[in-house]
Amino acid sequence: MDIHEYQAKEILEGYGVKIAEGGLAYSPEEAVQRMREIGGSVWAVKAQIHSGARGKAGGVKICFSHEEVEAAAESMLGKRLVTHQTGPEGKVCSRLYIEAGTDIAKELYFSFLVDRAEERIVMVGSAQGGMEIEELAENNPDAIKKIYIDPAVGLLDFQAREMAFELGLEATQISHAVKFIHGCYRAMRELDANMLEINPLVVTKAGELITLDAKMGFDDNALFRRHSVAELRDKTQEHPQEMAAADRGLSYVGLDGDIGCMINGAGLAMATMDMIKLAGGEPANFLDVGGGASAERTEKAFRLVLADKGVKAMLVNIFAGINRCDWIAEGVVQAVKKIDMNIPLIVRLSGTNVEEGRKIIAESGLPIITATTLAEAAEKAVQARNEQVAKEGVA
Amino acid sequence: MAILINKDTRMIVQGFTGKIGTFHAQDMINYGSNVVGGITPGKGGQTHLERPVFNTVRESVEQEGAEASIIFVPPAFAADSIMEAAEAGIKYCVSITDGIPTQDMMKVKQFLRKFPKKDRMILTGPNCAGTITPGQSMLGIMPGHIYQSGVVGVVGRSGTLGYEAADQMRELGIGISTSVGIGGDPINGSSHRDIFEKFEEDDETKLVLMIGEIGGPQEVEAGVYAAKHMNKPVVAYIAGLTAPKGRRMGHAGAIISSAGESAAEKVEMLQDLGVTIAPTPSAMGETIAKVLAKM
Repeated sequence: MDIHEYQAKEILEGYGVKIAEGGLAYSPEEAVQRMREIGGSVWAVKAQIHSGARGKAGGVKICFSHEEVEAAAESMLGKRLVTHQTGPEGKVCSRLYIEAGTDIAKELYFSFLVDRAEERIVMVGSAQGGMEIEELAENNPDAIKKIYIDPAVGLLDFQAREMAFELGLEATQISHAVKFIHGCYRAMRELDANMLEINPLVVTKAGELITLDAKMGFDDNALFRRHSVAELRDKTQEHPQEMAAADRGLSYVGLDGDIGCMINGAGLAMATMDMIKLAGGEPANFLDVGGGASAERTEKAFRLVLADKGVKAMLVNIFAGINRCDWIAEGVVQAVKKIDMNIPLIVRLSGTNVEEGRKIIAESGLPIITATTLAEAAEKAVQARNEQVAKEGVA
Repeated sequence: MAILINKDTRMIVQGFTGKIGTFHAQDMINYGSNVVGGITPGKGGQTHLERPVFNTVRESVEQEGAEASIIFVPPAFAADSIMEAAEAGIKYCVSITDGIPTQDMMKVKQFLRKFPKKDRMILTGPNCAGTITPGQSMLGIMPGHIYQSGVVGVVGRSGTLGYEAADQMRELGIGISTSVGIGGDPINGSSHRDIFEKFEEDDETKLVLMIGEIGGPQEVEAGVYAAKHMNKPVVAYIAGLTAPKGRRMGHAGAIISSAGESAAEKVEMLQDLGVTIAPTPSAMGETIAKVLAKM
C-alpha cells in the first residue's frame, strides 16, 4: 500500500525527522490560507498523488505570491496527472501540500528498501540526489552506497555514520544525520514499511538537513497489525476495478488487451495470459479467483471482468486441485445464466472431476466454447475475439 | 530416494484441529503420508483424525519422533510456528500459509541461520502448495492423483501451474521424483537453487524442471548454479510475459521492480546459461520429453 507525501512526512516527523513547514489544502482558497499561515516569501505547491516524478508532470510548482499559489492550486486540483509511473490514465489530484520554500545548498538521495536477494533491509544513499535512483544506478552506479542491516541487531550507529560520511556531510552535521537515519529506520521497522525514500534529502544553506520529498510503501500482509497505517489508504489513487476486486477478495490487475481472463492461481493466470499473447491476442486483465471458487465468487469474478467494456471474449481456465471441476462448471453455468453475456466465452477445465465438469457445460445448452488443453483454449479465445471484432465492425 | 520426503517420513500438522488443517491432514493421510499427529496449543492430549494432538512441537518430536511439519496456522502466527518447529528439531517444514508479513520472514530466515547447516531445518514456502513424492508421501495441498512417479524433479513458485505441468507430463507418460513448491512470496524459505542442490544429489532424479515467474533474482541464480555445479539437464518455464512493470501479479513476489526481473530477461539469461526453455506453458511436458529422449 502506498501513501501520500504529506502522510509520509507526518509519520517521519513523529520519528524526529525534520521536515519543512507545510499544510494540506483541498481548494485554492485553502492553499492561499495555508501559505499565509506558513509565512515567508517562497512556497512550493505540491500535488498529492501516489506517484514519483510529479515535477515533470506539472505537479510541483514554486510560487512567489498568493496569486501564483492560487493559480498553481487551480491548475492541479481535480486534474489527472500523468507521470511515467502512473500509466497513461494518470492519477487524480484532490489534495495539495503547501510547503515553505527551502534554501537548497545540496540535494541528496536516501532510502531504506527490502532487498529480496539478501533477505534484509538495505540502506541506500547517494550524494547525487534529485534524480531518480534508477537513472543514477544506470549512469553512475559508483555514486550509490548500499549498507545491509542485520535483522537480529538492527541498524548500528557506525552504519549510520558511514552513510552520513558517504553522503558528503560535514563533521558538524554527522550527529544530526545519525539521528535522522535512526528515525527513518524505526519508522520502517515499526510500521512494516517495505520502502521509505527521501529524494531529495536537502542540506540547506544554513547547514540543516531537511526531508524535501518523502515516499513510503507498506507491506499489505502486515496491515492487519498496523491500523494507523491502514487508515491512510486513499482509494481515489487506486484503479477502480482493482479496488473492487480487492474488496471482494479477488486479485485483479487491469491491462490494455481485450480478452478477459478468469483463472485460479497466480502462476497459472500469468501462464494463461502468456499463452493468449503467443496465440496472437492480448489479455484484458489478470484475475486470480483463488482456491475456493464458489458459484457466488465465480459470478463476482465474471461481473468484474465484464465491467471492462472493451472485452471482446472471455477465457476461463481452471485447474481444480482442492476444487472440483463439477462445482466450478455449475458456478460458470449459473453466472452465465444470471449475467447477460454478449461476447463469446471459452472454458477450459482440468483436474479433479473434469469429466463431470465438462458434461455440465455441454448439457447446459449455453453457447460456451470448450477446450481441453491450455494451448487450445488460448487459440480458441483469440479466434472468438477476432470473430467478435469482425461482427461488431459489420454491425 | 526422492528428496525431502518419502513414505517413512514422520509428519505432523501445525494448526491440526482447524477446518483447513483437518481437511488437508485427512487428504494427506488418504494419500498415504505418515502423519503421526498434530499441534494445537491448548488441545494437547486430545485425539484428532485418530492421531494424538500436542500442545507443542517439541512434545511431538519427543513422543512421536516427528521429522517433518506442515503449517496451516493463520498469517499473524505462522512465523512463530515455523521457528517453533526449527527449535524443536523438525528437519523439514512446509508453510502453506499465505500472507505472512515480509519482516516476519526476515526474522525467520535470520533465526534459521543460527543453526549449523547440518542441523538447520529446511523450510519451503510460505504461500505454496507443498511437496509431493508421488506414490509415497504428500506434505501439501495438491491433488495427489495427477502426479505420476518417475525421474523428473520439479520446483516451482506456483501451485496450479505446477499441477498443469504434472498433468502435461502424465499425459506423455513422464513421472516425477519429487515436486516442491517454493511459494510466491518475495522472501521464502528455500530458493530454486536450494532445491536444485537437493535434486543434483538425488540418484532418482534425472532431469529438473523449474517453473519460475517474474520478480526477484532466484530463477537466474539457480541457472548460474546449474551451469557451474549440475550434471543434470534443467528445463525451465518463466511465467509473466505480459506482466507490466511495477504491478503485482497476484503473488506478493510477482512484481517487476528492477532490471533483470521480467520474464523475457530471465528467459534470455537462462538460455545463455544452458537451460532449455519451454517456449510456452503448454509445452512444458513436450520440452521435457525431448530432453529426456536425448539422454
